[in-house]
Amino acid sequence: MKLSFGPEYEAFRGEVQRFIEKNRALSPKAGAGVAAGPASEKLRDWQRLLIENGYAARTIPKEYGGFGAEPDILKAVIIDEEFNAGGVSRGIGGQGPQMLVPTLLEAGSEEQKRRWIPPTLDGEIVWCQGYSEPGSGSDLASVTTRGVEDGNDFLISGQKIWTTTAAESHMMFGLIRTEPEASKHAGLSYILIPMDTPGIDVRPLGTMTGDAEFNEVFFDNARVPQANVVGDRGAGWKIANTTLLHERNMLASSAVLGGAFLAVTQVLERETVCGERLMDCGVMRDRLGKLQSRTLAMKFHSMRMLTARLKGESPGVAGLVTKLAGCELSHQLTGLAIDALGELGVLYEGSEFERNRGRWQHQHMFTLGLIIGGGTAQIQKNIISERGLGMPREPKPAAS
Amino acid sequence: MDFALSEEQQLLAESLRRFIEEEMPISSIRDRVEKEHGHDGGHWKALAEFGVAGLMVPEEHGGSGLGLLDAMVAAEALGWGVVPSPFLSTAVLLPVALASAGSDEQRASWLPRVATGDLRIGAAITELVTQREGAGLETRNGKLHGRALMVLDAVEADCFLVAADAGTSLALVDANADGLSVTALRTIDRTRGFAALDFAGVAVAEWIGEPGKGAATCRRLLDAGRTMLAADILGASERALAKAVEYSLERKQFDRVIGSFQAVKHLCAEMVAELEPARSLVWFAAHAFDAVPEEASLMAAHAKAHLSEIGPFIVRTATEVHGGIGFTDEQNLHYWFKRVGVDRQLLGSPEATREDSAELQGWISNAN
Repeated sequence: MKLSFGPEYEAFRGEVQRFIEKNRALSPKAGAGVAAGPASEKLRDWQRLLIENGYAARTIPKEYGGFGAEPDILKAVIIDEEFNAGGVSRGIGGQGPQMLVPTLLEAGSEEQKRRWIPPTLDGEIVWCQGYSEPGSGSDLASVTTRGVEDGNDFLISGQKIWTTTAAESHMMFGLIRTEPEASKHAGLSYILIPMDTPGIDVRPLGTMTGDAEFNEVFFDNARVPQANVVGDRGAGWKIANTTLLHERNMLASSAVLGGAFLAVTQVLERETVCGERLMDCGVMRDRLGKLQSRTLAMKFHSMRMLTARLKGESPGVAGLVTKLAGCELSHQLTGLAIDALGELGVLYEGSEFERNRGRWQHQHMFTLGLIIGGGTAQIQKNIISERGLGMPREPKPAAS
Repeated sequence: MDFALSEEQQLLAESLRRFIEEEMPISSIRDRVEKEHGHDGGHWKALAEFGVAGLMVPEEHGGSGLGLLDAMVAAEALGWGVVPSPFLSTAVLLPVALASAGSDEQRASWLPRVATGDLRIGAAITELVTQREGAGLETRNGKLHGRALMVLDAVEADCFLVAADAGTSLALVDANADGLSVTALRTIDRTRGFAALDFAGVAVAEWIGEPGKGAATCRRLLDAGRTMLAADILGASERALAKAVEYSLERKQFDRVIGSFQAVKHLCAEMVAELEPARSLVWFAAHAFDAVPEEASLMAAHAKAHLSEIGPFIVRTATEVHGGIGFTDEQNLHYWFKRVGVDRQLLGSPEATREDSAELQGWISNAN
């Protein structure tokens, strides 16, 4: 077991730190751009600077607007750590750079790569994901939004839901049923859809947090060229699954968990009840200790998973539990902060005496959304038991 | 960055499990421990020949000169096989104590016999964490007085490693010393032999370090002990989970193997989701003991507390997956359930251990 990164990488870390110190003033607020939305000029300038220096789009080939470095997981980890620690923006994030670009690199045509990747990295084009439908959640392959062939185009009709940033997006990458005769999984195509196409209607979807983090997108004979299909017609399920893997890894980061744990610790240290610090209350302290154990376990777990990736080994069943365990822990951490605040923990919407701008409640609800989104906890348990433990699938009900 | 067990450690884990499976299956363990709790019936000698006893003994004294991370691999395998053995006290705690505070002469005299399996140690260190029934040892005129409860690995012990004077003195005491009375204690877990020791002015065979100045060494013993108990739970839980999955793929109800029901699959998935991150925590705690001293106590406390929470969850859930058969004596699954149940309480319950970690981090005000 060796936990240092070695001299070559520590030198690289020094370079990153010097870059951040020198250019800190140019950075937009950290976190801006990760939730996507239209990129500001400042963010786009920052993004260009990051790409030039290899701190964004690091492994994307130069001809598509990236930095063109060889993949190196440790350097990627160091960049993440230092940008987080330095409190500067990671540049343009969201579903375009993080989900669509890797997919195009894997499955797109040369023309599609050249046309879509550079403006996506540059923040000129913002993307949303069109997978889930009202009738297709856990059973994603059952999507019914259809694309009917019409000359060189498809006419798309149907409805998508849970679409983040749909209102701000220029483009959608979506799963559309284009081969109605084919089997469930072989009938889908992965299509790039301009959001300004006539026949597309975006409506915000309010959630329990009080925000509208998602949208519904309605399609009524929206005309999209067949040339916008990525990969082969009917290959959409396979292509979408490569992207989902990227998403699940985004949802449960151990660095985020560590930050949340520290923030909860501060709540217990600062808040007092009847003049006594909550940290001096044994019951609350014990709950914090329990979650500290779990936070540490997830930290070392992510180091173990990183090591497996570095060695090109499969982490086995251990690699399948991150989303389930991590999202649950996030929810419990925010729950403890709320309990520590007691009656005041329920204050919201900018109320008098509210703490942390209501973020604890907001995050407590939002993390419940994360437990459900990106594959529900129950679907994760199916995946763990079937792929990880070799247990059989639930048999299909006999046809009636 | 290499957060993984080395090839040698993986090899040790695999070969030791194979050895245990062949040489000491549950049927043979059961035969022995039903007669006398914790009796290993010669297994310890076989494990010593395999190299388990000498893992932490320096090479010049006949051992392998390895660290706690390697010992963790062995502890996990012993928990996996619910093997009765004086491993913790003999192969871990005594070498740790002598490395920390012993003299060269002491190491040369004691450790070769540890490595060969000819010396068996029991450890009276429970009072480092908690004192019940008026237990606690003190030194008066160079002799030990008082009582030690829940002494680890006490069955067949030749000598006891004893903490005294509120965790500041550490001594070795001969099991046959005058004034020492040994009362065997029976627990739910037949694979281990505990005892209560009463000291009525017992002469010390040897002090380890200077009496009254051994607090740091006692802390090392506590950290090592907690990490090994966490590893024992890890191995036992892993085995219970594997047995549950295996059984679920054989047992049929409603014309299907029960492992095809989501209700059963989800129980198994929940066990894995608890077990695997916990494994990483135990690895780091053992590594910290060897290489990151400033984090060792905190990580040992967390590893012990956390495994003491998830271990019982896993062994009970594995029992539930088995249904009625899991509750029977004959099926033997209860050996794992009981092993974990005992581990959980030793060297600090989860709550006591977390309170220790809170103090280590300065969470508690010094007001009172």
